[in-house]
Amino acid sequence: MIRDYFRVLVVDLGSGKGRVVKVDGRNEFAGGSGLGALLFEKYGHADRAWDDPDQPLIFSIGPLTGLFPLMSKTVCSFKSPYHDQFAESHAGGRSALAIRFADYDALVITGRAERLSCLSLGMKHLEVKDVQFLAGKDVFSTGKILRSMFPGSGHRSILRIGPAGENLSAMACINADTYRHFGRLGSGAVMGAKNLKGIVIQGDGSFALPESKEYAKIYQQVYEKMTATDMMSKYHNLGTAANLDALNELESLPWRNLQATKDEEISGITGKKFADDTLLRNAACAGCPVGCIHIGFVREKFMEDNQYLYRQVAYDYEPIFATGSMLGVTDAFKVLGIMDEVEKAGLDVMSGGVALAWATEAYEKGLVSETETIIPLAFGDAENYKKAVQYMGSAENEFYTALGKGSLVAAAKYGGEDFACVLGQEMAGYATGEAFYVAEGLGFRHSHLDSGGYSWDQKNDRKDADEVCDFLISDETGRAFLTSMVSCLFGRGVYKDEVLAECLKSVGYDEIAENMDLIGERVRAMRWKIRFETGYDPQKISIPKRYHEITTWKGKTDPEYLEKLKYEYGRRICELVSDEALGGLGLKKNE
Amino acid sequence: MKTLTASRMERCIGCHSCSFACARLVHKLLSWNTAGIRIASSGGLSTGFMAKVCLACSPAPCAEACPTGAMKARKKGGGVIHKKDLCIRCGKCAEACPVDAIYLDLKDRPYVCIHCGRCVEFCPHECLELVESDKGRD
Ligand code: SF4
Ligand code: SF4
Ligand code: SF4
Repeated sequence: MIRDYFRVLVVDLGSGKGRVVKVDGRNEFAGGSGLGALLFEKYGHADRAWDDPDQPLIFSIGPLTGLFPLMSKTVCSFKSPYHDQFAESHAGGRSALAIRFADYDALVITGRAERLSCLSLGMKHLEVKDVQFLAGKDVFSTGKILRSMFPGSGHRSILRIGPAGENLSAMACINADTYRHFGRLGSGAVMGAKNLKGIVIQGDGSFALPESKEYAKIYQQVYEKMTATDMMSKYHNLGTAANLDALNELESLPWRNLQATKDEEISGITGKKFADDTLLRNAACAGCPVGCIHIGFVREKFMEDNQYLYRQVAYDYEPIFATGSMLGVTDAFKVLGIMDEVEKAGLDVMSGGVALAWATEAYEKGLVSETETIIPLAFGDAENYKKAVQYMGSAENEFYTALGKGSLVAAAKYGGEDFACVLGQEMAGYATGEAFYVAEGLGFRHSHLDSGGYSWDQKNDRKDADEVCDFLISDETGRAFLTSMVSCLFGRGVYKDEVLAECLKSVGYDEIAENMDLIGERVRAMRWKIRFETGYDPQKISIPKRYHEITTWKGKTDPEYLEKLKYEYGRRICELVSDEALGGLGLKKNE
Repeated sequence: MKTLTASRMERCIGCHSCSFACARLVHKLLSWNTAGIRIASSGGLSTGFMAKVCLACSPAPCAEACPTGAMKARKKGGGVIHKKDLCIRCGKCAEACPVDAIYLDLKDRPYVCIHCGRCVEFCPHECLELVESDKGRD
């Protein structure tokens, strides 16, 4: 299982056949993000559209997946329907360990199935099955049926899409094992375009342990740090939802389409409120003893005589921001109710919530009416938001089809670009200041996790574009290495460089351990290189006017500084792919 | 003698740390399958988790079904010992187990809990415990 190359399963949905390919580059790219980029370079087509059947959908894991705790994520790499550029999205669940124990470092899925299909694979089998009968089925019923069709409860991972993916919404996610998602940038539509409803991965292999005595020792140390110290308690206690209160206090929580950054109504949707009133239990990704997944419940009366049904919904900071404060919904149970609909439709919750916030303001301002929205939209009206989510998922009419492609696509048609909360894609919930707006807007994944821009804002109020860019650029390298490992980013407090190096050495990856910085640099450059080849241009990304209007604890946004920062960060990103920079990392530009 | 009991599975978060520990420390393997304890969701994750683990039946149906004596009852307190070198991998033990606690790997080698308790310290939620075998059996 420890190998100096990558073992990759390449499946062609057109023929229903696959082949196992050995790919060199373990010591140069490590795995995860790096492997995803490497495989896109090999199998992708920069010059063809995202829905070209030949475009690959790639899932990759890291060198330590299965060997250490919290090495529990999978990277999905693809050409995004959102902007037709190279993109990446991460998820946990059981996907990573299932791929590991099926003995692959990555899956590459190409081609298009003739009818809606499900790919099933494991150590001893590979099959593409017709599941046309699942057409239009929501994420829950799809999961249930796939579970009963394929054996292996507990040791397999089920990835699937809902109606949004089948309808090619640029906000469609891939659901991983019920509570986790490849959320951002539309990977679900890539599955939809391939006629691929689900992927069932059976991790049924077992492997010899690494021989070194060090391995057992370091495993024990890492495991203890993850569980016995209070290092990780913020993640399993209130979880990321604890941030709602904190960011609201800091005037950095987007409310009602970012018309405000703070509101008294926060008391209905704090992390504590969710924990006290709605929390059923915690769950974990396979291989993670921390257990940060918080599962709340919704309960609905569906008939008189007290006939109730209930469902379980996983919540986190981001989903609560997107369907709570951003939509002006301030009752924890109602927020969970909207999340539940988003989940069923197979939409990315952040993108979907933020897009509906834009739609609500557009409706209030009279840019769209019920002719477009079918139902009236108003901040706080959870019931109608649930319906709107269904309309988005099913691409009910022209308006919802456009909205499903992004707020700015809808705004180009109906007006209201100024108040679209888009930073590369629909924003994450950190209205912390200029560093975050620019970092998310221009960053590789358009994620607050590309670099710590949001945390820089929270700690500093200096307006020094050079200083911020130095920070963003250097922070990104370490994260690119971690997402190549592919560790959960919550583990980064424990997996400091020295610890990672020891872990890698204990299992025989000495060369990776010795070159972590260089690998981080190379992976980062490789990702950007492909991104540029597929059309990225920092100058073309604009930061909507809404961001100029808001106030945080630092005061009003400074438009001049924002512009300067944006220009400088864009320039720094371009530098990363100069001939010289690429050459120094052993990478070449494609002609 | 002591036996392992999965007495508080309502607390389980599905991390599989227990299975990894058993595979690693008892069977010297890296796996979430080839272990004395395996975690399954009983019908999707929303139903919570159950542990597939030896209940230390006495008499033990798996031992009774074994044609070679490779699977043998422990002297006292329930539970079995599996002798690899006597095993012909016929799978009868797994078939006979009423709770699916014996796992056959891809080469039909059986894996069963030996009630050593090494998994217990790796469970972050104290779902598992090692108890004197006359207690904890209900
Ligand atoms: S598989 Fe081995 S232990 Fe099990 S019944 Fe057959 S011979 Fe006995
Ligand atoms: S008690 Fe020992 S043999 Fe049984 S599951 Fe735990 S670690 Fe494995
Ligand atoms: S270690 Fe504990 S919490 Fe984790 S899967 Fe096993 S029983 Fe469940």
